[in-house]
Amino acid sequence: MKFPIYMDYHATTPLDARVLDAMMPFLTNKFGNAASRNHAFGWEAEEAVEKARKQIATLIGANAKEIVITSGATESNNLAIKGVAEMYAERGNHIITAATEHKATLDTCKRLEKHGYRITYLPVLASGLIDMDMLRESITDKTILISLMYANNEIGVIQPVREIGKLAKEKGVLFHTDAVQAVGKVPVNVIDDNIDLLSISGHKLYGPKGVGALYVRRKSPRVQLTAQIDGGGHERGMRSGTLNVPGIVGLGEACELCRKEMASESVRLAGLRDKLKAKLEGALDEVYINGSMESRLPHNLNISFAFVEGESLLMGINDVAVSSGSACTSATLEPSYVLKALGAGDDIAHSSIRFGLGRFTTDEEVDYVAQKVISVVQHLRELSPLYEMFKEGVDLSKVQWTAH
Amino acid sequence: MAYSDKVLDHYSNPRNVGSMDKNDPNVGTGMVGAPECGDVMKLQVKVNPDTGIIEDAKFKTFGCGSAIASSSLATEMLKGKTVDEALAIKNTEIVNELALPPVKIHCSVLAEDAIKAAITNYKEKTAKEQAAVTL
Ligand SMILES: Cc1ncc(COP(=O)(O)O)c(C=O)c1O
Repeated sequence: MKFPIYMDYHATTPLDARVLDAMMPFLTNKFGNAASRNHAFGWEAEEAVEKARKQIATLIGANAKEIVITSGATESNNLAIKGVAEMYAERGNHIITAATEHKATLDTCKRLEKHGYRITYLPVLASGLIDMDMLRESITDKTILISLMYANNEIGVIQPVREIGKLAKEKGVLFHTDAVQAVGKVPVNVIDDNIDLLSISGHKLYGPKGVGALYVRRKSPRVQLTAQIDGGGHERGMRSGTLNVPGIVGLGEACELCRKEMASESVRLAGLRDKLKAKLEGALDEVYINGSMESRLPHNLNISFAFVEGESLLMGINDVAVSSGSACTSATLEPSYVLKALGAGDDIAHSSIRFGLGRFTTDEEVDYVAQKVISVVQHLRELSPLYEMFKEGVDLSKVQWTAH
Repeated sequence: MAYSDKVLDHYSNPRNVGSMDKNDPNVGTGMVGAPECGDVMKLQVKVNPDTGIIEDAKFKTFGCGSAIASSSLATEMLKGKTVDEALAIKNTEIVNELALPPVKIHCSVLAEDAIKAAITNYKEKTAKEQAAVTL
């Protein structure tokens, strides 16, 4: 086994060696600008970009012409939401999203609010899923866009995307989904799911960082966007800037590998994830899974070890790279807003660990991590006044704490 | 975040972990913090009633590594001090000893609060007892 063990695949993924092989020529000899129309360097680059565009499109059931290349999903989300808001401003000013979205969506919506748009932030159920009735009731004649993520980056919960797409179509509202965590991991199809806009990021599917894509539907309906970056009119005017050819080639290759390997990979990872879960639950009491286990990415486990604080747990498993929803591990010193949105209480967020398994996770690693986590949790519970009180039968919710 | 060697040492080998009988008249117990805030410290002192010297100290902490280290260190500092010397312990001593970064200063403040709470509890108990005796 190699240490430290990486189990944080929702944060980013390593570049697959096969992806690097595909990129290498474009980082060296084949350096042409894809927009150079009058020599072989340009043609070669353009051809590579078009091949990649096709690879990206195929993975999500789209047409290559519907793929707009961006610098990553943060940009894709910005372009989708701001682009629609601006383009369809005359039709309405209302956008629906959810409390558990990524900051790239939430902060984009917050900015639009300052410009007079009205945003509905749907709460989620304890499962992490949105309530379809609530979504339906939130739609007004001013609603122009529903932006809801496919799968959550912390808890891995998969939203009922097909139902959302169907509802949006019925109501004549555009549907954008941030599918960063889902594409390449579970089957995603923009036709079956009635998705109008979809964000992808290269580094979450074993491709390079700094490249992503936005799927923009071309027919029924034909979605239009106001560009957010002006310049040479690349990407059918939706996103100017010289194309990142090696990055795009890498993204394309990464998508193709995912398409070919997803079926077997997801079964393997679900097996490892379930084993990890069974081991932890078997050895420890008072562990809680955050979010639905039924509607969840196969490689995600988000779990709280009650009475143990997340950062102290990370410290004890310092040869394993995972992340926590504890306030102490976040830049803002606030516990995870996603876990808070599930309504389980801040203490559950403070005690949470996110395991993200991936292509290079081995059986041996899972065994090691499970064992290590179990022993560290046991050690920390020896130190925990809360665990002691719990064992004495004290109802912790009735204690008068001296909050500070 | 990188931890100082001292924090790592207290985290891996915490000193004086445990609990004493909180009904013992010579034991003072302080519990500060809240689970929603991500840290709770329980600190106990056992005082020799004749000398006023803290003979033993124990802690249990729910919190990050720096919170665990701060309370572990606090128990070490307490032993051998008089009750009044203990009340004079300042969080900055803990910050310096553990080389805590600014974002972790609240852990040392919590440890100081825990010391004060434990001593206050002890003093209240002895005051009550004396009151009971003089009655
Ligand atoms: C759900 C989700 N959306 C958006 C992003 C941002 O993607 P990128 O890093 O490509 O900007 C991430 C990654 O952090 C994510 O997990």
